[in-house]
Amino acid sequence: MTGKVIPSCKVAALVAGTLSLTPFSASADAENGERLFRACAACHQIGEGAINRIGPQLNGLVGRLIGTVDGYDYSDTLSEAGADGDVWSEAALSAFLEDPRGYLPGTSMVFRGIRDETDRTDLISYLIQEGGTSEAAAEAGPESGPSPEIAAILAVEGDVAYGEYLSSECTACHRGAGGEDIPSIAGLAPSVFIAGLSAYRTGEREHPVMNMVASRLGDEEIAALAAYFEAQTTE
Amino acid sequence: MNFNRRAFLSTTAAVGATLAAPMIVRAQDGARPRVVVVGGGAGGATAARYIARDSEGAIDVTLIEPSRAYYTCFFSNLYLGGFREFDSLGHTYGNLASSYGVNVVHDWATGVDRDAKTVRLAGGGDVPYDRLVLSPGIDFKNGAVPGWSTAVQNRMPHAYKAGSQTQLLRAQIEAMPEGGTFAMVAPPNPYRCPPGPYERVSMVAHYLKENNPTARILIADPKETFSKQALFEDGWLRHYEGMIERVGPDFGGGNVEVDAEAMTLSIDGDVQNVDVCNVIPAMQAGGIVHAAALNEGDWAPVSAYDLSSRLDESVHILGDSAAQGDMPKSGFAANSQAKVAANAIVAAFTDSRQFPARFSNTCWSLIDTDDGIKVGANYEASDEGIVSTGGFVSEVGETDEVRAETYRESIGWYDAITEDMFG
Repeated sequence: MTGKVIPSCKVAALVAGTLSLTPFSASADAENGERLFRACAACHQIGEGAINRIGPQLNGLVGRLIGTVDGYDYSDTLSEAGADGDVWSEAALSAFLEDPRGYLPGTSMVFRGIRDETDRTDLISYLIQEGGTSEAAAEAGPESGPSPEIAAILAVEGDVAYGEYLSSECTACHRGAGGEDIPSIAGLAPSVFIAGLSAYRTGEREHPVMNMVASRLGDEEIAALAAYFEAQTTE
Repeated sequence: MNFNRRAFLSTTAAVGATLAAPMIVRAQDGARPRVVVVGGGAGGATAARYIARDSEGAIDVTLIEPSRAYYTCFFSNLYLGGFREFDSLGHTYGNLASSYGVNVVHDWATGVDRDAKTVRLAGGGDVPYDRLVLSPGIDFKNGAVPGWSTAVQNRMPHAYKAGSQTQLLRAQIEAMPEGGTFAMVAPPNPYRCPPGPYERVSMVAHYLKENNPTARILIADPKETFSKQALFEDGWLRHYEGMIERVGPDFGGGNVEVDAEAMTLSIDGDVQNVDVCNVIPAMQAGGIVHAAALNEGDWAPVSAYDLSSRLDESVHILGDSAAQGDMPKSGFAANSQAKVAANAIVAAFTDSRQFPARFSNTCWSLIDTDDGIKVGANYEASDEGIVSTGGFVSEVGETDEVRAETYRESIGWYDAITEDMFG
């Protein structure tokens, strides 16, 4: 974990006010974007007749729920993000393109990322020019942000010592680092950690063990665990 | 990982009023308090590691375990089925000593003087303790299966303590004649790892299907029902149709006798020749619990709040040996109980906080390649014992994808819990 995980719900909140169906930068250079897209074209198609290849087709990418193109077999990470209601806003896409595995650990996309912000803006501009946007962008609305349930947990100051005690239930299955079959949760940003446990608690995310574990966690317990795991490193 | 309980104390708010303030019990003469742990399995290794880690050296922790290499009972069935290498089940105690400062003593604990608070070692000498943790697993009850005793375990292995017994059973299965019979005498309740015998049958069936497809499996079972029964029976029908026969108590499955010399199994007087006879006898708490006179009947009654013995509060008894209430006797459960006991013990000897007991358990089983199932529950402490507060179990008819995911999850759990035990 590099600490570059950007909490997706925060991104959604940030973006909601500025999200529009036109490129966010008037000066974006779609020609530069087209050039940059060549690296993407090895796996992705866009435009009329685009189909899923190694990666999903990219029409209507901006504004689309993450991981929801019909017929494409996504990594769990992307499927879960979509199930949580996370949308490919321009800002989310930019963060993903900067560091795909840092932003969505577990993504199967093999791409090292684009460090230059202008290049990312240009590429997104090209994606919108060629593939348009999705309705979901409009539906995201200015209110989208943490749900009341998540906001209530975020408002609790996590008791780290309590979180350490509670964490021993997690470490029976989640390793301090690595973990191919069950992901490590050390170092997760609190908003990501809280959104995940909250979704397991409500049943929005389905997993028998996690639903069971989360079912008896109160807001205080989730906040404590989030505070504890945030401080853990994977070294 | 960053472990620093004390540093957190100064920066965090006081815990809610429902949590009892720890009673500080200082060892005499300013010496470090001594905790002795007997048994280095899922309960004992976890307890030793957590006490040493969380007390940051303030508690002197000694772990007494005869084996230098510990082979996990969990996943040993997968070795029988050919899904794991034997070596992958082995773990050593070096890291507990070097990274956590645990004194690891490879010897048998043969007795406890509870008045003098010392543990007697087979190799000679007594180890003093302020708190004692017993996590010795199970022993077999003599005479539970007529004709069987540990004296004949090399003819008719139990393979219910992992290690050479597991290797022996595998070798016997490999040596079965074409179309031969693998027999299992299943144990009565309560016993270690409720789904274990039935996962084992599945794994043996997997091996035989590939290597000796006309062989058959015969189970003599004293129990009416067993753990995850519908799931196992569904799986046996799908993967091993016609290979497995289970004789329950209505047909004499509880009335068995074996002859290790003749290699026969008698079920309700009907004597059969068998090629392998895996006898899993009735069980009781590990011998040290009886030697310390901390048992009532076969098992050791404990408080659900901190796993302390109901007969001696300076001794905590974890895992299979404990009569704690609703939790199954599993490695996961022992690991869960160890953390509650460790928290209570560290809080008793240092200024760190004690938190309310909470337990959980999940048991995964493998039926065939990528066909995993699981059962789990949450538990809480009560005056009467540990009580279940709800759980889940896999369902018949789940998709292949769900079953494969369940199996992959079990591998992730194995890696994590062994790291949680041994560091």
